[in-house]
Amino acid sequence: MGRLRLLLRPVVPFAVAAPMLWGLQVLAPQDVAIILVAIGVNVILAVSLNVVNGFTGQFSIGHAAFMAVGAYTAALITTGFREVQIAHLPVGISDAVIFALALVAAMAVASVAGLLVGIPSLRLRGDYLAIVTLGFGEIIRVVIENTRALGQATGISGLPAATNVLWTGMGVVATVVMARRLLVSTQGRALLAIREDEVAAEAMGIDTVGWKVRAFVISAAFAGLAGGLLVHRIMLVTPRMFTFVKSMEVVVMVVLGGMGSITGSIIAATVLTVALEWLRGLDQYRMVIYSILLIALMLTRPTGLFGTKEIWDTLPRWLGGRRAAGGAR
Amino acid sequence: MTEFLQHVVNGLSLGTIYALIALGYTMVYGVLKLINFAHGDVYMVGAFAGYYIATALDVERSPSLPKAVAVFVGAMAVCGALGWAIERFAYRPLRNRPRLTSLITAIGVSFLLEFGFQLPSLRAQGEAFRGVLEGWGLRLPAPVAGVLAVLPDNFPPGPTPRFFPEPFERVDWTVLGGVHVSNYDVVSLAVAVVFMVALQLIVYRTKFGTAMRAVSYDSRVAGLMGIPVSRIISGTFVLGSVLAAVAALLVAGSRPRIDPIMGLMPGLKAFVAAVFGGIGSVPGAMVGGLVLGFSEEMVAGYTVSSFRDGIAFAMLILVLLLRPEGLFGRVSAEKV
Amino acid sequence: MRPARMVAILAAALGAAACEAKKPGADAAPAAASAAPSADRILVGHIGSMTGSEATFGLSTDNGIKLAIEQWNAKGGINGRQIGLKTYDDQGKPEEAAVAATRLTVNDKVNVLLGEVASSRSLAMAPVADANGVPMITPSSTNPRVTKENGKVRPFVFRVCFIDPFQGTVAAKFARNDLKVSKVAILRDVGNDYSMGLADYFLAKFKELGGTIVDDQSYKAGDQDFKAQLTAIKGKNPEVIYVPGYYTDVALIARQSRELGMRQPLLGGDGWDSSKLFEIGGKAIEGSFYSNHYASDDPSPRIQDFVKAYQKRFGSTPDGLAAMGYDAAMVAFDAMKRASEPAGTSLRDAIAATKDYPGVTGIITIDQNHDASKPAVVVEVKGGTSVYVTTVKP
Repeated sequence: MGRLRLLLRPVVPFAVAAPMLWGLQVLAPQDVAIILVAIGVNVILAVSLNVVNGFTGQFSIGHAAFMAVGAYTAALITTGFREVQIAHLPVGISDAVIFALALVAAMAVASVAGLLVGIPSLRLRGDYLAIVTLGFGEIIRVVIENTRALGQATGISGLPAATNVLWTGMGVVATVVMARRLLVSTQGRALLAIREDEVAAEAMGIDTVGWKVRAFVISAAFAGLAGGLLVHRIMLVTPRMFTFVKSMEVVVMVVLGGMGSITGSIIAATVLTVALEWLRGLDQYRMVIYSILLIALMLTRPTGLFGTKEIWDTLPRWLGGRRAAGGAR
Repeated sequence: MTEFLQHVVNGLSLGTIYALIALGYTMVYGVLKLINFAHGDVYMVGAFAGYYIATALDVERSPSLPKAVAVFVGAMAVCGALGWAIERFAYRPLRNRPRLTSLITAIGVSFLLEFGFQLPSLRAQGEAFRGVLEGWGLRLPAPVAGVLAVLPDNFPPGPTPRFFPEPFERVDWTVLGGVHVSNYDVVSLAVAVVFMVALQLIVYRTKFGTAMRAVSYDSRVAGLMGIPVSRIISGTFVLGSVLAAVAALLVAGSRPRIDPIMGLMPGLKAFVAAVFGGIGSVPGAMVGGLVLGFSEEMVAGYTVSSFRDGIAFAMLILVLLLRPEGLFGRVSAEKV
Repeated sequence: MRPARMVAILAAALGAAACEAKKPGADAAPAAASAAPSADRILVGHIGSMTGSEATFGLSTDNGIKLAIEQWNAKGGINGRQIGLKTYDDQGKPEEAAVAATRLTVNDKVNVLLGEVASSRSLAMAPVADANGVPMITPSSTNPRVTKENGKVRPFVFRVCFIDPFQGTVAAKFARNDLKVSKVAILRDVGNDYSMGLADYFLAKFKELGGTIVDDQSYKAGDQDFKAQLTAIKGKNPEVIYVPGYYTDVALIARQSRELGMRQPLLGGDGWDSSKLFEIGGKAIEGSFYSNHYASDDPSPRIQDFVKAYQKRFGSTPDGLAAMGYDAAMVAFDAMKRASEPAGTSLRDAIAATKDYPGVTGIITIDQNHDASKPAVVVEVKGGTSVYVTTVKP
C-alpha cells in the first residue's frame, strides 16, 4: 500500500487538475483563453527562474535563451512531423501525442543547454555570473540568427496552434509541483544553503558547483517548456522574441513576487500579465513602468511581495502548512 | 595590403570609442564594486544631448568651431549631471545592501533611460491624454491645456532614429596609396587620446585621483583616513559620464544615426573590454577597448560579418574562464 | 536490462513503426470560425510598423489606406455601409504582428486585414488570418512564402504587389542590360528575409545573364558601422553594389562607402522607398538606382490624380508604399462590393476573382497563387528625389 501511494503521489495533482482545466477550456471564450495561456506561460517562466534566482540565490539573466532553445526544438519537431500520423489513432490524438513529444524534447534540449551554460558559468559569483548568463543569452540568439536551418532572423512560421488552456495548465501544474517538491526536499535544502552562505555550505561538504549546475539545468528545462508552449500559441518563432528584454521581464516577475517564494512568482506573473493586457493601449509605457517598478522595489522592499514566504504556509497544519497554529516554529 | 591598413584605421577608430566608454565602467567598478549597467545609456543620452544642442544652435546649416565646442561642453555637462543624479538617487541609498540589489537597480535605470527615450514626445503624450479624456467626455482645465502647448514636441525622441548634424565640414584624404582617412577620424583619435591622457593625470597625479584609488582599495579605511567617500564616489560617476559623452559625440559625428537603444551594444562591448583589461584598472580599460575594436573589425572584415556582435561575448566568456582578473587586474582572494 | 529502459526502447520502436504519412485532407479542420463581423459597419484592420526604424513604411501605408477609405466613404461607403479603420502598431516585430493579427480577427472582428509591408511580419500574420477565416491582403510584401507555403497556396492571403523572384530578376536585368556591368558585389541584410530573398534571386539571374558576383557580404539591420564589409568589397573592385536592404541602413551604407572613396553606384529594391533615404543619404546616394512599384512622376492621369489627392490630404508626395496601401484597400473594397457578404469566404472568393483592376501601381489581376502579376519600374536618385528610368514587364 505504501508503494502504491508513493507511485501515485506524483500523478495526483495532474489527475485532479486535468478535468478542471478541460472544463475551463471548453467554457472559456476565445479571448479569455488567450489571456489564460499567456498567464500560464509567464507563471512557468517565473517559477522556473525562481529555482535559480530564488532558491539558489544565483542571479541569472539569460533565461530567454533557454526559452529559445526549447521553442525552436519544439517548432522543428511539430513542423517536421506535420504530415505524419500515428497508426490507429485519430488525427487529433496523433497531433496531441506529437505535441507532447515536442514539448518533452524541448525540455530535454533546453536542459542540455542549461548544462552547457551552467558548467563554465557557475564558478563565478554575483555580478560576473549575471554578465556571463547575459552573454550566453546573446550568443545563443546570434547563433540562431545565423543558422539557415533555423530560419535565421525570420524564424520558423506556420507552426500548428497546438497550445491551449489544457496544455498550458498542465505545464503550470508540473512546474509548481516540481518547485514545491524541490523546496521541501533534502536536495532543496542544499540549494537554500548555497543561497544563504555559499562558503559555509562548501565548508559543510555541499558540492556547491554541482548543485548550482543542477538547479540551472532544472530551471532551463522548464524554461524550454514555456518556450515550446508560447510559440505554438502565436504559431511563429523568431530569435528576436528571446532577447535580453524578455529575460528581464521574467526577472521583474520573480523580483516582484519575492525571490524564493513560489506563490510570489505565481501571483506576480499573473498580475503583470493581466496588467499588460489591460494596458494594451499603453504598450510603449510597459517597459518604463517595469523599470520604475524595479527601481522602486529595490529602494523600498527588495524582498518583493512575499519575500521567501509561501501562501500555503499559513494554512493550518493538517492541510500541509508549516506553521503550527499558535505554536513556535 | 591597403585593405588591411584600412581595417587597421577602422579598428583604431572603433577601439578608441570602446576605450572611452570602458573607462567609465572600470572607474565605477573600482570604487563601488558595481557594474553600472546604465553607463551605456548615459552614452546614449550624451548623443541626444549633443543632438538637441546642435539643433538649437542650428549647426546643420552653419557649422562652426565655437558651435562644435559648445555642443561638446553642453553634452558633457548634461551627462555629468545625469551620472551624478543616478548615483545620488539610485545607488547611494543601496550602498549597504547586498550587491545584487544594486545590480538590479542598475538594470532598472538602464531600461528606464532606454525605454523612456522611446516614448513619444511629451506634447504628443499630452495630446493623447487629452484625447482619452475627451473620449470619456471630460475636458482638460484651461491652465493645463495651456501647459500642453508649451511642452516640447521633440523630447523624448521616440524610437525612430535621428540624424546627427555634422559639426564641421568633412575632408577625406587618401594616404599610403589607398587608405581613406577623414579629418573626422583624426579629430576623434586626437580627442580620445587627449582625454585618456588627462584621465591618467587625474587618477595618478591629483589628490582626487589618489582619493579615488584609496576608495577602490578599501572604502571603509579610506573613510577613516578622512576621505569624503560619498563625494569621491559622486565625482567618479561624473568623470565616467563625461567620458561617455565624449565617446558619444565622437561616434555621432562620423556615424550619424542615433536612436534610444544605441547604447546597449556599445555599452555591453565596452564592459567586455573593461573586463578584458582588468576591471578596476584604468590602463586596462584603454588596452581592452583597443583590442576589442581591432578584433571586431578584423572578424567583421575577414570572416562572416554577422558574427561581429558575437565576438565580444565570446571574448568575455573566454576571459572569465581563463583569466577572470583580466590583463592588468590583480588576483584577489576571497576572505571568509 | 532494467525494465524501465526496456520499456523506453520498446516504446520508441513501436512509435517509429506506427508513424505513417497523414492522408491528405486529414489535417485538422481550421478552427471554428469566430463570430461574423458586425453587420452595420465595415471595419478594416491594418497592422504596420508605426514606430521603430522602419516607421515610414507603416505610416505611408496607413495614409494610403486612409485616403482610399475617405474616398469611398465620401461616395456613400460600400452598399450604404461606412468603412472604419483600426490600426495596430507592431513596432517592427513579427511576434507583435502575430498578436495584433489575433486581436484584430478575434476581438475586433474586422472584415479584412491589410498589412504588412515587411515580409517577415506578413509571414507572422498569414497563419492567423487563415486560422480565423479573415481575408488578408498585403500591400507590399514581396517574399513568395507569404502567399504560398510548402507548395500550397494559403487560402485567405493575397497580395497586390510583385514578388521577389521577379524583383530580383528586374534588378539583374537592369544591371546587365541597362547599366551594362559584369561585376557586382552584394551587401545583404542577414536579419531580413526580404533582403536575403532578393539577394538570392538577383544572384541567380545575374549569373545566368553572364555576370559575375565578386563578393557577397552581410550586415545586420541597425548596425552603425559598415566600413569593415565595405572595405572588403572595395578590394574586389565591383562596378555596382547591390544593397537590397531597408532605407535607414542603405543611407548610412551609401555615406560610408563614399567616405571610403568608393564611387560605384548602388542598386536596390523597394525597401529603399522613403523620403528619409534622400534626407539621410544626401549626396552619397545620388546616382544610385532602385526597383519600385511605381514612380510618382509618371504622367498618366490615374497616377497624377492619386498624387494630387494625396498631396492635398497629407501635404507630401506619396511614396511607393502609400500607393500600394491605397491599391490594397481599393482592391478590398472593390471585392467587397462584388461579394455577396463583405467578409469571410465570400469576400475571399471575390478578391481571388479580381481581374484587370486599374490601380495606381498598375493593372492588378490576382492569379492562382494569390499574387498580382505587374511590371516594376526602376528609378534613379537624382536631385534629392527619385526619377523614373524604365519599366520592366514580367
